[in-house]
Parts: sequence; structure tokens; C-alpha cells
Amino acid sequence: MIPALICVVSFLTMLQFFVSYSRSMIAESRCVQLSAEAREICGFTFSTAAGNQFRRLVKLISLCPQRREDNRQVRIVAAYFYFLGLVRVLLNWAMPSASSWIESERSGCAYLAAVVLDRRIAYTRMMMAQQSSH
Amino acid sequence: MLGPVDYAIWFAALFADVWCAFCIVKRKALSQNFTIFLFFAAASTIGVARYLLVETAGFDSNSYFYFYYYSDAVLTICLFIVLMSLYAEVFSELGVRKLVRAGALLLLGGTALISYYMVASSSERLVTKFAFQLSQNLYFVGVVLTYVLWGAMMKLRENRTRLMQLVLALGVYLSAFAGSYALRTMYPSSPVWRYLIALMDLWLPVAWAYTFNKVPADARMATARVVAPSR
Repeated sequence: MIPALICVVSFLTMLQFFVSYSRSMIAESRCVQLSAEAREICGFTFSTAAGNQFRRLVKLISLCPQRREDNRQVRIVAAYFYFLGLVRVLLNWAMPSASSWIESERSGCAYLAAVVLDRRIAYTRMMMAQQSSH
Repeated sequence: MLGPVDYAIWFAALFADVWCAFCIVKRKALSQNFTIFLFFAAASTIGVARYLLVETAGFDSNSYFYFYYYSDAVLTICLFIVLMSLYAEVFSELGVRKLVRAGALLLLGGTALISYYMVASSSERLVTKFAFQLSQNLYFVGVVLTYVLWGAMMKLRENRTRLMQLVLALGVYLSAFAGSYALRTMYPSSPVWRYLIALMDLWLPVAWAYTFNKVPADARMATARVVAPSR
């Protein structure tokens, strides 16, 4: 009985910490301004992003040369994004009002992916400039 | 007998521990995060000792079995000390360092005593059962304390991004381990644990290394942005 209780409590707190941790990463990325070019590629307005763009952005990120430190950030937020998808499916019938919150969270994930993509494009440009100068 | 996957995960965890300790030194955060450095130094040393023991005595040997559980209990205590240092940092302005230290010792002693009483009735393998029970209880106490700390940080409107990410990553780690220990009590013979526990071991050094590398010490973020729904 006690191990089952510990298990349930631990699972719930883990979810809460994981959500807060992912949100702290997204909030961090919100401080970064996207370049006009990146906004155009991603199809974003000045500060908003559509959650359904996330998968496309992750695919675009994978096409760019890798910056190792970005990988982890994208992976964690991708896990959060898919978790939100699962929550949306589960809550859709029980709490339809939650869907707007979920969508805003998913758009945060997409914004972070756009920031990473922007960084990678800049990195690729820098590499190409270095190569052409040699 | 260990396979290539076991060794790969093992070395990855060992490398991650050493890497995180190195990042703390490289980012000149040693004085502020000495307990975290100490934890990773202990984790690396224990990782090497476990490897040597597996090579000499074997994975299924009694020596490895005892060493594994006792070293795990030592690491849990180290993590408990890290948590207390995070408490001291959050409440530093209130000047309650001594109170936190006394409370931590009391809690640690209490948890050890409760763990002992929980296994005292069992005559079989009391020594290892105590280490296992102590780790399980300390992980759970750690989860509760991290939750309380996170609540206090929200209440005090703590805005140090690095501290926030350190606490949240620790919360994920402790919750995952507390849950896995509880599940292991219910399903002890499942083969999943061998890989899952080793993979979970990777989380903390990787998350903290990222925090030390990418989040500047002076970075600030409103707690409300982590807690309240974003617009």
C-alpha cells in the first residue's frame, strides 16, 4: 500500500516538476527576439507562434548542421510537446476549456524551436562565410 | 553479466558526472555550488569503484550487491546535503542557515531511524534491506522537501533562473527515483530496472551541466512565467 502511494505521489510531482522545468526553458527562449528572416521561414507574427508548426520546425532543425548544446533543449521541449498532445486528447472531452491553454503551451514550444532554428541558420551562415574566406 | 548496452549507459553516466563537475569548475561556480561539485565527485568515484568491483568480483556477486546499495545510500545522503544547500541559498537573506542545517540533520536522523524500524522485523538480509529502505525513504523525503522548496521559491518570487532550473531538475530526478524505488518494491524481478535506473542516472548531470553552461549566474526570470499560463 505504502509503495503504491509513494509511486503515485512521485509520479504526480515528477509531472509537475517536468512541466515547470520545460516552461522555464520556454520562458527563457521567449526573451530572445527572432530575426525577421526566421519569422518569415517559420510563418510567425512578431511574438506568436502556431503550435502545429512545431513538428515542421524540428524537421528543419535536423536539416541544419548540429550545435550540440541545442539538441538537449529541443529534446526536452519535444517531450513536453508530445506530453501536451496526450493531455489534449485525454482532456478534450472532460475539460474543453483546457484546450486554449494547451494550445498556448504548444505555441511556446514552437517558439523555442524557431529560436533554435534561427540560431542554427546563423551558425550555418557563419560556417559558410568561414569556408569561403579560406 | 553485463552487455555492451550496460557498459555504454554506465560510461555515459560516468562521463556525464565528470563533465558536470568540470563545468562547475570551468564556469567558476565552485564556491557557490560546492556541495553539487562534491556530489558529482562522489558519484564519479563510486562509478569507478563499482566498475572495478564488477570487473573483479562480477555483477552477480554479493560484494557488488552490498556495495551497490550502500554506495547508493551514500549518494542519496550527498543529494540530501545538496538539497539543503539549495534551501540555504533560497533562504540566505532570512539568515536561517543554522536552522536549515539543524533541521536537515534532524530529518536525516529521523529518516534513518524510521528506515531501521521498518526493516528491523525482517531477519533476512537486514543490512542491504536497510540501505535500500533508507535510499527509498530519503528519495521520498527529498521529493517532499523539493516540492516545499519550489513552493517557497514561488511565494518569495525567487527570480534566479539558474537556481530555479537546478531545483526543478533535482525535483524531476528525485521524483523519478522515489517512484522507481517504490515500483521496484512492488515488482522486484522486472528486468526493466537494470536499464531504466542507469538511464535515469543520466538526467541530473546532463540537466545541471546544461544549466551551468547555458544559464548565466546573473540571469533572472519571473517565477510567474514558469507557473502561470503563458499568453
